[in-house]
Amino acid sequence: MKPIALTGALALLAAPAFAETVNGLRTVNEFAAIADETERSTALFEEMFAVISHPRCLNCHPVDNIPRQGDDLALHNPPVVRGDGGMGAPGMRCSTCHGPENVAYTTGAGSIPGHVPWHLAPIETGWIGLTPAEVCAQLKDPERNGGRTLAELHEHNAEDGLVGWGWEPGAGREPAPGTQEIFGELTQAWIDTGAACPAA
Amino acid sequence: MATFTVNGEERTVDVPEDTPLLWVLRDELRLTGTKFGCGVAQCGACTVMMDGTTRRSCVTPVSAVEGANITTIEGLDTPESQAVLAAWEALDVPQCGWCQSGQIVSASALLYEIPDPTDEDIDRAMAGNICRCATYQRIRQGIKDAAKALEA
Amino acid sequence: MTQSRRQFLASAAGIAIATTLPLPGRAQSGAATAFAGDGAGGFAPNAFIRILPDDTVTVMIKHIEMGQGPYTGLATLVAEELDADWSQMRAESAPLDNETYKNLLFGLQGTGGSTAIANSYTQMRKAGAAARAMLVQAAAAEWDVPAEEVSIFKGVVSHGAKTSSFGPLAAKASNLTPPEDPVLKDPSRFVYIGTDRPKLDTVAKSTGTATFTMDVYREGMETVVVRHPPMLGGAVASYDDRAALAVPGVTAVRQIPQGVAVYATSTAAALKGRARLSVEWDSSKAETRSSAQMMEDFAALATTGDRLPAETVGDSDAALGGAAQTLEMEFRFPYLAHAPMEPLDAVLEVKDGRATAWGGWQFPGFDNGAIAGALGMNPQDVRMEVMLAGGSFGRRAQPSAQIGAEIGAIAAAAGGNGAWKLVWTREDDLQGGYYRPMTVHRMRGGLDAEGNIAGWHDTVVNQSIMAGTPMEQMMQGGLDPTSYEGATKMPYDLADMTVDWVRAESPVPVLWWRSVGHSHTGYATEVFLDRLLEMGGKDPVQGRLDLLRGDMGRDRAVLEKAAEMAGWDGTRVKDGKGYGVALHESFNTYVAQVVEVEDRGGQPRVTNVWAAVDCGVAVNPNVIRAQIEGGIGYGLGTVLHNAITLGDGGIVQEDNFDTYRMLRITEMPQIHVEIIPSDADPTGVGEPGTPPIGPALANAWRALTGETVTTLPFSARAGA
Repeated sequence: MKPIALTGALALLAAPAFAETVNGLRTVNEFAAIADETERSTALFEEMFAVISHPRCLNCHPVDNIPRQGDDLALHNPPVVRGDGGMGAPGMRCSTCHGPENVAYTTGAGSIPGHVPWHLAPIETGWIGLTPAEVCAQLKDPERNGGRTLAELHEHNAEDGLVGWGWEPGAGREPAPGTQEIFGELTQAWIDTGAACPAA
Repeated sequence: MATFTVNGEERTVDVPEDTPLLWVLRDELRLTGTKFGCGVAQCGACTVMMDGTTRRSCVTPVSAVEGANITTIEGLDTPESQAVLAAWEALDVPQCGWCQSGQIVSASALLYEIPDPTDEDIDRAMAGNICRCATYQRIRQGIKDAAKALEA
Repeated sequence: MTQSRRQFLASAAGIAIATTLPLPGRAQSGAATAFAGDGAGGFAPNAFIRILPDDTVTVMIKHIEMGQGPYTGLATLVAEELDADWSQMRAESAPLDNETYKNLLFGLQGTGGSTAIANSYTQMRKAGAAARAMLVQAAAAEWDVPAEEVSIFKGVVSHGAKTSSFGPLAAKASNLTPPEDPVLKDPSRFVYIGTDRPKLDTVAKSTGTATFTMDVYREGMETVVVRHPPMLGGAVASYDDRAALAVPGVTAVRQIPQGVAVYATSTAAALKGRARLSVEWDSSKAETRSSAQMMEDFAALATTGDRLPAETVGDSDAALGGAAQTLEMEFRFPYLAHAPMEPLDAVLEVKDGRATAWGGWQFPGFDNGAIAGALGMNPQDVRMEVMLAGGSFGRRAQPSAQIGAEIGAIAAAAGGNGAWKLVWTREDDLQGGYYRPMTVHRMRGGLDAEGNIAGWHDTVVNQSIMAGTPMEQMMQGGLDPTSYEGATKMPYDLADMTVDWVRAESPVPVLWWRSVGHSHTGYATEVFLDRLLEMGGKDPVQGRLDLLRGDMGRDRAVLEKAAEMAGWDGTRVKDGKGYGVALHESFNTYVAQVVEVEDRGGQPRVTNVWAAVDCGVAVNPNVIRAQIEGGIGYGLGTVLHNAITLGDGGIVQEDNFDTYRMLRITEMPQIHVEIIPSDADPTGVGEPGTPPIGPALANAWRALTGETVTTLPFSARAGA
């Protein structure tokens, strides 16, 4: 068991840079040299995991009912809760503060993130504290991936606007590695190679 | 330029589209009951109702308000807000008063959705409204008293 | 008690006013203008009361209303002696008049040190009694009956079948001469004092209609925000305003002594302009140490610095030398910001040689002098409007007239007629200095063979609040009592004790912060004492009671009451909850608290606090309870979360409520307050609730977990 931690994510980001690494994420053709398809699939997933385990993604995929924020996965402040549909509590919804787009602060540095919709990922799709293998198994399980087929999972990763926010997080936040396009391609390549999962 | 409804009245303001609603309400429309406390959606002093839910006006650019229905403390007039106001008066909740518009907007919104809130419901709804004077004990009691009055 | 802080301040301020304010400022006739020529047949028996034909009784409140309740409190005192009906009562803020509206304990107009009720108690009652006597006399003349036979009850003047409300008598009464020394009621006849009055400002503050400084708009007014140095004591080296001036609505950018000011037609434009300023800073006179480094430096000063004796009883060195056991602890307290909810602000209008300044002026005379000085005007030509303030906690009590000086500089730089509103952001507020002084307490204590305390030595290291202000001249022997108050004059019989003070220096400006020195001395002394009692095998409550000197009956009463309220039975851990106690008098008000704490994943969660308070006559018990509740919440949030830290180069790290966390409703304990009945002169309640909560929590947490927290806040603990 190797829980996801920030240091793990940073270690992945700090991997040696390749020619076709974009913003710290390797593109699919970087993996062409791996002859064994399962091995290649596993490697592709591990690259996807660099995105999945990034704070921009993890913060809204908690395994409990509290979103996180910042690069240290701090508990969200002000204190908020999941609420119905991951939209927050009556009287203080996510949308009480998070609007349709990122809004730069006017009094100081930084911005408040925004997107429509803005909500927590369903609790069964929570990732914080999970190993790559556990996340991988979860992603393939429609019970725990939002009822998605692998094709729909690809579409989610490649097209979903809220997922895409991870690469456009607004001033004061580091984007997820790579681009959503590369993340989508990695997802497709992983599926095409049998969607293999790492052993641990 | 943006046009929206404030307290039942249609208003058009000629300001840059990134102007926070907070400053539109205060500087342009002189609705000064909505307060500035942090500018970063941490304190809730600037809370208004926007299309039926609470909204922090300090992080709401006026471009996002086009066509919306805004209610500020000055225009808040629902059975819930009346009950909250009565409870606030009975308990003398405010101290310095700066945060209280936001507290009352949030409390009224909570009671509209949950007429009989538990302590946990209250904490969840009100956790985004800071009171530096720490009137929280009376805020909590005020919401419960208002709920009781609404039930009767 | 020997010398109390209020006595000290009274004399300090008396000198301050005499020596620092230009003479005309002292005689400014705000009172006269406040009541002159209302032309409505009103009756103003004195500078504090105005009765109109519509029967309303307006009390001019000489203390700023910032949530602590003087509008209601002072109006209660007047209503009591006037026998008014509460529904008639109104409150209005008195303008600057350092003579008429002086704080009788300070010698000038000012609010602070929890003195509003204490200094006004007799004065406001006499004002009410004088008005009553004149109404009675007017009625007697009107009805041609002896004055002794006229009575007043709840706003109705009567003689037999004849009755009148106040209004119809106002005109006649206004022609009478006020009695010199009106007779006051015997307290047994009080109908308002001692009972709960609905607060006069509640409705306005609950409907968004109360007017604070930031709510003031004047014709042609510009909003101004200032880029202040990011390091304290820094100054502008150079700046580039081209991008700022390109922002629509920005009208000017001007350098002022405080930084670079951006003038605009709206707040949003001013803020946008400021964000586009680029400024180079000169830090040659600034504090450039990190606060971590400063703390180490301060800790070293405890042993290497010049220790000035603040209090010496017996021979602590000898006692500690002969002790069977000794304990040494070092307590570290960070800089703290006050963080009132309404950020600092002011409005100034200059028109043809006269000016009006709206602000949360807590010492309006100081700001009046600063504004007049900046504008080159006579102080009497600058009218000071004291506005409702969205909190202060000491921040607006500025002998340095920080905000007056800044708005004055803004107007002076613009020149000519105009109106300007200065708005500070939360970032300005948290990074703007005037913090509670960073403080180190090095404490040593001894126990004899029976476990009784034998020797106590507390060395306090911090900057002086008074030095460099008009109050500096009260620092006798170089001592600033606000640095260590509460460490001295303890109620316990510590036969051999020494308190000494080392004055640390830094360009970081420091200021009184709710309860001033007590904010750290209460913690250090009550946690250290708790440890010594524990080492000596004593119960925290009984141990304290046994230590109290015989004449400390009020301390004893609140401690016994708090223990009783909490059901204290000597069990410090019960059902997974820890219990701790603290006792601390400040500003002549006595408070004991018992805290109940749970361990939630390594973090304390306070669930209940039982507080007993003795503040003399309880003028409005509901306000007293509110202030104790609030003082506890304020102190609790602080010890849990707050530190202002300076990074490398002296740059303040915290900039908003995400990094400088306020207590939220989710963290608020249930607070139970009981007031000890008393006929002693009333004392203040704005501050005294704050000091005991920290040590009571620390003692409860140590009982529960074994951990003694000596470096605040709790969130700074390793692993927290």
